[in-house]
Amino acid sequence: MKSKFKKIFAGGLGQLTIPLIAIALLVIFNLIRDPSFFSITFSHNNDGNTIIEGNLISIINGASELAILAMGMTLVTAACRGQDISVGAAAAIAGSVFVKVLKAFSVINPGTVIFAFICSCIVAMLFGCFNGVLVAVFKIQPMIATLILYTCGRSIAYWINGGATPNVKSHILSGIGSFIPGIPIPTPVLIVILMAVIFMLVFRFTSLELLTQSVGINESAAKLNGINSTFIKLLSFIILGVCVCVAGMIGVCRLGLINHETLLIDVEMDTILAVAIGGNNLGGGKFKISGSIIGAYVIQMLTTTLYAMKVSSTDVKAYKAIVIVLLVVIGSPVVKREFDKVVRNMKAKKKSVSKGAAES
Amino acid sequence: MQTDPLLQMRHIVKIFPGVLALNGVDFTLRRGEIHALMGENGAGKSTLIKVLTGVYPSDGGEIKVDGQVISIKSPQDAQMHGISTVYQEITLCPNLTVAENMFIGREDSVWINRKDYEKRADEILSNLGIPARSTQELGNCSLAVQQMVAIARAVDMRCKVLILDEPTSSLDDKEVNMLFDLMRDLKSKGVGIIFVTHFLEQVYEVSDRITVLRNGELVGEYTVEELPQVELVSKMIGKELGELSSMNEPQDSEAEKKEVFYEAENLSSSDALPFDFKIRKGEVNGFTGLLGSGRSESVRAIFGADKVTGGKVKINGKNVTITKPIEAMRNGIGYLAEDRKRDGIIADLSVRENIILALQVMNGILRPISRSEAESYADEYIKMLNIKTASRETPVGSLSGGNQQKVILARWLLTHPEYLILDEPTRGIDVGTKLEIQKLVLKLAEDGVSVTFISSEIEEMLRTCSRLVVMRDRHIVGELKGSDLNQTKVMQTIAGGESKDEEQI
Repeated sequence: MKSKFKKIFAGGLGQLTIPLIAIALLVIFNLIRDPSFFSITFSHNNDGNTIIEGNLISIINGASELAILAMGMTLVTAACRGQDISVGAAAAIAGSVFVKVLKAFSVINPGTVIFAFICSCIVAMLFGCFNGVLVAVFKIQPMIATLILYTCGRSIAYWINGGATPNVKSHILSGIGSFIPGIPIPTPVLIVILMAVIFMLVFRFTSLELLTQSVGINESAAKLNGINSTFIKLLSFIILGVCVCVAGMIGVCRLGLINHETLLIDVEMDTILAVAIGGNNLGGGKFKISGSIIGAYVIQMLTTTLYAMKVSSTDVKAYKAIVIVLLVVIGSPVVKREFDKVVRNMKAKKKSVSKGAAES
Repeated sequence: MQTDPLLQMRHIVKIFPGVLALNGVDFTLRRGEIHALMGENGAGKSTLIKVLTGVYPSDGGEIKVDGQVISIKSPQDAQMHGISTVYQEITLCPNLTVAENMFIGREDSVWINRKDYEKRADEILSNLGIPARSTQELGNCSLAVQQMVAIARAVDMRCKVLILDEPTSSLDDKEVNMLFDLMRDLKSKGVGIIFVTHFLEQVYEVSDRITVLRNGELVGEYTVEELPQVELVSKMIGKELGELSSMNEPQDSEAEKKEVFYEAENLSSSDALPFDFKIRKGEVNGFTGLLGSGRSESVRAIFGADKVTGGKVKINGKNVTITKPIEAMRNGIGYLAEDRKRDGIIADLSVRENIILALQVMNGILRPISRSEAESYADEYIKMLNIKTASRETPVGSLSGGNQQKVILARWLLTHPEYLILDEPTRGIDVGTKLEIQKLVLKLAEDGVSVTFISSEIEEMLRTCSRLVVMRDRHIVGELKGSDLNQTKVMQTIAGGESKDEEQI
């Protein structure tokens, strides 16, 4: 135990230390406040399935879209040294396309759902491409470039939906949005795991991670090493497009309808925050997808905790802000440097003390 | 009038961590004089200027203006004492008008109305003979005019000392002449001008005096008449002309007989003028010339690092197109860039990741080098090149300069290049590592690799290269081999002008 503790603090603060400590603190806080907060119960839902329930499950389930978007956002951040603020709007478009295509069929079966998913995925990737071209080819700052889609995305979704909020009812969709019969774990959680595994495999079987980091850290050197930095940046936006489409689909399936005004509203800032809390440098370069996923759960756990404390939904944002300021400041390079200094001094003191003891 | 000292800098010392950048340098500027400040890269020119303009605090020495000791702690202080600088990159705002640019950010500008300062600007412009109107948008003027507006701004701020840092590097001949006319005009008005440039010919065209620095020390102050161009070069480089070839007897290289690996005809890029070049297998060739002579630009064109604009390239006798680094790499060319920090290392990544980078890029995104493979490559090259690092996972940015350079060398060696271009691989690294790199170059050549080696130190190039391409003002002006490979000949060729006379003798 002690050695592990030492390991975490010896080399200064590792990238995952802060988000993990944040989660631990939130868990401890909740356990003190209400020991039954994390109790998990088995129950049956309307379809007669055995499912697990509890605050912890709803936190993990509720953070699914955020976690998926944060994975893609991490890649864009690393390669382009900036963030995409259009993910919420793009998800609304992807969700609308998903519903529109489904509505075109008379029956909803696995085949049509997959077809609709592929269609919306292509659309989301095209919009990712649009953002990517602005950033990678025209060298526009990511936030400015994606501001365009951020502004007009929900209007485009409105056109696709013809101004309505069409609903689609199917046991397949509710299976995606809540539970698949026979599996007690919420499906969105499984999708997060699936996406994380896909990312892991991509990094394992391609050199995307190395190339992306190189472009993000030193683009000029990367180019001289033959890396096509334009392609890498474009690719990061296209991959984020896939994440956007998956998140949008989950959002649609949860409700069984597409409301382009509210689907994943304000998610972009939470996504960026998840990346930041995960210890990733928003200025690009080295990254850890796992950090961003943990960051997403930190945000969701914070929100749920505040709701459980009967904080009104309007006040939640203010309290969230306070905690986030703390997290971001603690993770800042200045604090890190000072912390390292203190650790070094303590070590030096220890040494001199033991030395002095030996001499005397 | 000419000898009246306007600015005196005495025993200026500037220390950077671990480096003595300026070691008791003296510099004197007289009223109405154009004074060229010369020296190779790292000689201390820009440090001296930054001390004078208050960008760096000095660590010793005194500065006198008009005979009075002054202390310069910030650029504002310098400006207050009448010292103005016009930098290489134009630091004005292109979307404002000429007049606005001349008055922006000046204390007295707040209270002047538009009409007044436009009138005043026009007066100054016509006074100095600058072909611009005050209401013109600056961005619409040519670079030379923009440069001149910057100067006009400085002049109007009652400057006594005007520092021009590489003002001509982005101007064409006609524009240079316009600038020189302006400089001469200011000179006649009593302004002292410090002129920093790489172009030797330009120094002789406008300057009255030359101060040469080398390795942070003053070499001397000379009038233009007493210092011919060849001697200036030898002073900058630090070898006297008399100090003749102590080099080993140059043999007619065996490489001469080997087949040509790379051949370029009329190759040009956005930064390099058309040139011809070829290199044989197992040959070590060098590009030499002063900084800014186009040597780096030429090799960058070979590697496709800049936008290639024309020319024919053959590798092993076959026509190929190389417009991008990746194409050069696929054709067996590696390129170690001049600026290690900017173009070489990926600082936050580990030694291992930096070493495998180029090979990984050549393999393509879908064929990653496995972790264990990468580790064994890294270990192999760390051992082979004797790279001093805590472990292969240490971020490369935390290594010393020499070891960083070795990591980049390892990166290219791992790709098993047939032609390796090394642009200043030994700059800013310790002597031991320098020798190791030189030895490595010779060993590579023995193994049949063609190497292009660029260094600011001529001895180093004479030691390693069997053929030297000499460049001046972005043109190839000579190719030396065999018995011509000696200091004197190289310096004469670099300096130009007088080399013809020498040949006649």
